[in-house]
Amino acid sequence: MSPARFVRRVGFYAVVCVVLGFFALPLLWLVSTPFDAQPHLGVSWPELTWRNFTVLRHNPYALRSLLSSVLLAGGTAAIVVAAAAFAAYPLARVRVPGRDALLYLLLLLSSIVTGTAAMVPIYQLVFQLGLIDSRLGVVLVLSGGLLPAAIFILKDFMDTIPRSYEESARVFGASPVQILRDVVAPIARPGLATIGVWTVVQVWGNFLLPYILLRDPGKQPAAVLMRTFYTEGGQPNLALLSTFSLVYAVPVVVMYLFVNRRYGFRFHGGIKS
Amino acid sequence: MASIVLAGLSKVYGGSVRAVDRLDLSIVDGEFFALLGPSGCGKTTLLRMIAGLAEATEGSVSIGDVDVTALPPGKRNVAMVFQDYALFPHMTVADNIGYPLKIKRVPREQRQRRVAEVASALGLAGLLDRRPAALSGGQQQRAALARAVACHPTVFLFDEPLSNLDARLRLEARTFLKKLQRDLGVTTVFVTHDQAEALALADRIAVMDAGRIRQLGTPREVFGRPANTFVASFIGSTPMNLLAGTVVGPQVEVHGQRVALPDAWRAAVAGGQQVTVGVRPEHLDLSPSAVEGGLHGVVAIVENLGAASLVTLEADGFSVAATVPEGSEPRVGTAGWVRPRPGRLLLYDADGELLGTTAVPSANR
Repeated sequence: MSPARFVRRVGFYAVVCVVLGFFALPLLWLVSTPFDAQPHLGVSWPELTWRNFTVLRHNPYALRSLLSSVLLAGGTAAIVVAAAAFAAYPLARVRVPGRDALLYLLLLLSSIVTGTAAMVPIYQLVFQLGLIDSRLGVVLVLSGGLLPAAIFILKDFMDTIPRSYEESARVFGASPVQILRDVVAPIARPGLATIGVWTVVQVWGNFLLPYILLRDPGKQPAAVLMRTFYTEGGQPNLALLSTFSLVYAVPVVVMYLFVNRRYGFRFHGGIKS
Repeated sequence: MASIVLAGLSKVYGGSVRAVDRLDLSIVDGEFFALLGPSGCGKTTLLRMIAGLAEATEGSVSIGDVDVTALPPGKRNVAMVFQDYALFPHMTVADNIGYPLKIKRVPREQRQRRVAEVASALGLAGLLDRRPAALSGGQQQRAALARAVACHPTVFLFDEPLSNLDARLRLEARTFLKKLQRDLGVTTVFVTHDQAEALALADRIAVMDAGRIRQLGTPREVFGRPANTFVASFIGSTPMNLLAGTVVGPQVEVHGQRVALPDAWRAAVAGGQQVTVGVRPEHLDLSPSAVEGGLHGVVAIVENLGAASLVTLEADGFSVAATVPEGSEPRVGTAGWVRPRPGRLLLYDADGELLGTTAVPSANR
């Protein structure tokens, strides 16, 4: 190996190590600090204890906020998956003039709908609907913001499903409802699962919308509640914060592993496209 | 069991593209019928109109004396096998075969019995619990056939049923398909772009081009007496020799050489008429010495076809191909003479239509 190449190699590995450390250290902190009797902002071998989890369990809002997160994410995912499926299927199957332009326009607008710039009109709208401090309001606004992207992704997925499946069922005399239930929905399931997981992740990490639209701390989701974990002296309560962060991250990781195992995010298509 | 009658059937896409153009066709009960043509000729559109998947712009479709033009596909009592087989990937082979019966609300026990019967008849007995993705191409094809057979239709519609199989398997599947159709006796329409497949399987063939039927006949008629130069050049694994010529007395002049015109043709043409001479390579006799009323040239290429060889003669202004049996191939560069066998020479007019259809005795039947 020439010296120049050797130096390049060493340099490359050094950069990789720095980048790796940059991402790995926060994760190490996240998994070690909750078990540390003396939580601090640094990674070291913890003095093992379960005390932090006991404190978390006695916090009046912590576990309720997780339930709230589940309700918001689940509700939004249900609406987004159902509505996106019913919108994407016809868009993939029926020729509508200007269909692609419409989809791109929706995609563009969706980043505005849930964007920070639209918060004042959204607040006004939700206020006039009488949905301030209601989870339904948050779910509806989040669904509206996520739907265009979900329809876009799902329509692309449905495009790859050969029409011959549906035509075959039609020739055998299946009704449209039977075709949807027996053929289209099962074949599109990996796509629907992808959209579901994606929606849950989006809602789970959303701070601004529930922060603005929900007043009652008992209804606030985990992402919003985390903001309150400070000591009386204004210092972050690292014990509570780290423990809660870990508990907050686990459901999403578990859901991903489960869905990946069940559906594999893959697709069995026809033989020849 | 049923006959199929198409009357004045047209399909127009986007107001101007005529995929199928005022087509009349009767398919007899129990017939194995091929729709043959190059891609884009309208054959698949025609099949889809019979199935009801495509709506007819004009005309009518009748199956078994019932006008089904306005009926949805599910009410026509037809079964269709698609080019990609369209086996539902999330169902087992048994569920796939049983699906049409489930739609028809056949009770579960009866359904399972019928699935088992059909599966064993088509050699799928051990594969019923598998998913389509775990089957080979040939097994998938048979599973798709089984699904069509299980629902006891009056008509089978096959859209390129063999084109996804590799060459070896295709021959096996072809024999299997022919036997199956013969045993069941169900009227079958199949679409193909492969002329060898159509010749081998069909009782009758409709050769299509640009939305119209260019010739309708038995494989023997279509192969031996193509009605026009389009069919002549489309049918046959070695293409027919088509040579431009002029009628001169009792002969046709082709680029300075003269071919004898059989007696039967003389009444059909006039002196000086522009014609196209058509002879299949299989119907030319090659001789190393001069023959009366034949064409001559220099052997340019010899292609081995297995049991025979295709010899191409180059002459001034044209080339002509003839097949010779194994072992009697001439050497490249030597001179050769070819002469059509009696009754095998065909003449086409300037528009490419066969001349003297009635005047010539059909020695080739």
